[in-house]
Amino acid sequence: MSSVDLQGITKDFPGLRALDDVTFTIKDGEFFVLLGPTGAGKTTTLRIIAGLTKQDAGALLFDGVSMEHTTPADRDVAFVFQQYSLYPTMTVYDNLAFPLRSPLRKVPEADIRKKVDETAQKLRITHLLDRKTAKLSGGEMQRVSIGRAIVREPRVFLMDEPLSNLDAKLRESLRVELQHLQKTQGNTTLFVTHDQIEALTLADRIAVVNEGRVIQIGTPIDIYDRPATTFVATLVGTPRINLFNAARDNGTIVIGNSGLHIPSLSATPAELLLGIRPEDVRPTPDGQFTGRVGLTEPLGVETILHIQSGGQTLLSLVPGMAQFKLNDTIRFNLAEDRLHYFDMEGKRL
Amino acid sequence: MATIHLQQVEKKFGDFFAVKPMDLTIADGEFVSLLGPSGCGKTTTLRMISGLETVSGGTISLDDRNVTWRHPSDRNIAFVFQFYALYPHMNARQNIAFPLQAEGMDKADIEKRVEEVVKLLRIESLLTTRPNKLSGGDKQRIALARALVRRPAAFLMDEPLGALDAEFRETMRAEIKSLHLSIHATTVYVTHDQVEAMAMSDRIVVMSAAEVQQVGTPAEVYYDPANLFVARFIGSPGMNLIAGQYAGGKIQLPGGEGYLTPEGARTPLGAALNGEGAVFLGFRPEAAEINPNGAFTGNVYATDMHGAYTMLHINLNENEIVHIRGDRAVAFPIGTQVRFDLKADMVRFFHPKTEKAIWQEARP
Repeated sequence: MSSVDLQGITKDFPGLRALDDVTFTIKDGEFFVLLGPTGAGKTTTLRIIAGLTKQDAGALLFDGVSMEHTTPADRDVAFVFQQYSLYPTMTVYDNLAFPLRSPLRKVPEADIRKKVDETAQKLRITHLLDRKTAKLSGGEMQRVSIGRAIVREPRVFLMDEPLSNLDAKLRESLRVELQHLQKTQGNTTLFVTHDQIEALTLADRIAVVNEGRVIQIGTPIDIYDRPATTFVATLVGTPRINLFNAARDNGTIVIGNSGLHIPSLSATPAELLLGIRPEDVRPTPDGQFTGRVGLTEPLGVETILHIQSGGQTLLSLVPGMAQFKLNDTIRFNLAEDRLHYFDMEGKRL
Repeated sequence: MATIHLQQVEKKFGDFFAVKPMDLTIADGEFVSLLGPSGCGKTTTLRMISGLETVSGGTISLDDRNVTWRHPSDRNIAFVFQFYALYPHMNARQNIAFPLQAEGMDKADIEKRVEEVVKLLRIESLLTTRPNKLSGGDKQRIALARALVRRPAAFLMDEPLGALDAEFRETMRAEIKSLHLSIHATTVYVTHDQVEAMAMSDRIVVMSAAEVQQVGTPAEVYYDPANLFVARFIGSPGMNLIAGQYAGGKIQLPGGEGYLTPEGARTPLGAALNGEGAVFLGFRPEAAEINPNGAFTGNVYATDMHGAYTMLHINLNENEIVHIRGDRAVAFPIGTQVRFDLKADMVRFFHPKTEKAIWQEARP
């Protein structure tokens, strides 16, 4: 496996800067996730690393060596796409064996069998080896696609939203498999997604990207607990973070359109944006603040409460099937050590 | 608003059942979801209620009026689709007013009705805009307004949030629920998303393979699923289900562990299993607690940090992975051995042959 360095990568398409000075390093053996909305430049980044697209400026290095003059085939990367591109008339075995049978590699057939068997075991698809891929379910096909990528031990895995075509339950179970596989094998992996849950749960580190720029790089905990901008704060976490206009008021901060006063930072601007994650809005009988239950959304494992206080609505996330009735008066606290302060441009203070 | 009765309603294509005979009463003012995977018959059921699809058998009534063979336009119900079906050449206001104009209502009354729904949905700022200039969420708001303005006896909604991105979906979900709470319109809502059904519904009709699996409140389908399908389908991830052998109050689990069942469960278990036999032990991820003296042992297979909490995936033995929800500070390296216990009141049992819940009514 290899480390991958992107240094100031820029790419222009007619009328559009797809990537603007993108810089990050994927360490050897790291699971690195690019998280961002459609059009952020995620797939372009992958294609540049694979050598399918050429950057206009900046350098790409594998293990410190420039890939400038290395063809896509010689970069030895494995791509897993959203659409499983398997050979439908071949068996699962032959699909897995295919990359090893390349005339360039000349792997003996006995070694191929060993590798394929090992891979099938890791992905729990041994029972499917003799089947034609056209007869498989979506989840099985994506397992085979991943298997075909890992069978040949490439330098880097590039995965472009590989789970997004699967239904919710399959996505969940394959996500767990993928994490286990990567952690036990230590493959250098770049995984692209717009799904924040995939990013949080899979990544060693996440790069949040938007409009061709890297907004923040950090561990899932960093990204979740210390979002650099309001864009990152709202992109990550479900239900979404509460975000309010707020203002300095007599040594405290008051949330706009409400009577909620909270502690101030040492140097607070006169106006700011305040973020509070729903799990940090905590109902408790002796809470400091009062509100009214405007709506409850029971999800089973937890309940989302919409608390109305003054003219504001705060989302609160509480465990279990909470027994709050509509229009109940409710007391609550805001976890003071978990408040997020941003300036009016959305930058973390 | 109206009560909707379905009596032995079914849909067949040749010998194939799209919907097996079903009975269902949706009370006046109730919000009921039809929930299931694609192909389960939920949309066909909704279309039969609307009259867009004919029934192969059974009776559909609105209040006491048998509408089984009535034309859709003669049922006084409004349909909201996933794709908004707005007229592109009309602005939002004209779209909303259209059904009333088509009825021949006079202009002043139309004006008044439109004002009412505009206020209710807070869409004043959108009125002069054409649909192609609106976001997905705003288009769905206009489509809702157009359905509301007719004051129908019932609303039928077919995955109205399905085409929206995650951010809008959360907001619109709450908006539709608020709207329902303020007007109490009888609503039948089709979705494949269990989170939506749980969050919004008074009751949920869980469907699979053309058949109703369970009808219940969100709490009922979550805590007391009627069968294995509901146990797996509701929740994210679904209920943990471990196959074991029951005998003498104990369930022998793979890997040699023995689980002493709660006392109250033993009589119903004995009755359902004829004394002893194979059984599924079921529990939700939050029903397990990491505990060094716990009865269950496994190895950490993967750890998911979700921000507000952590999901541990524990390998009990080959191919038997259970999910345990813990505090977000919980983290173990892959392969760590952990022990855990189950909260006794959160344990469920299922018959492996009938797939039905065993202990449902015995619970306090």
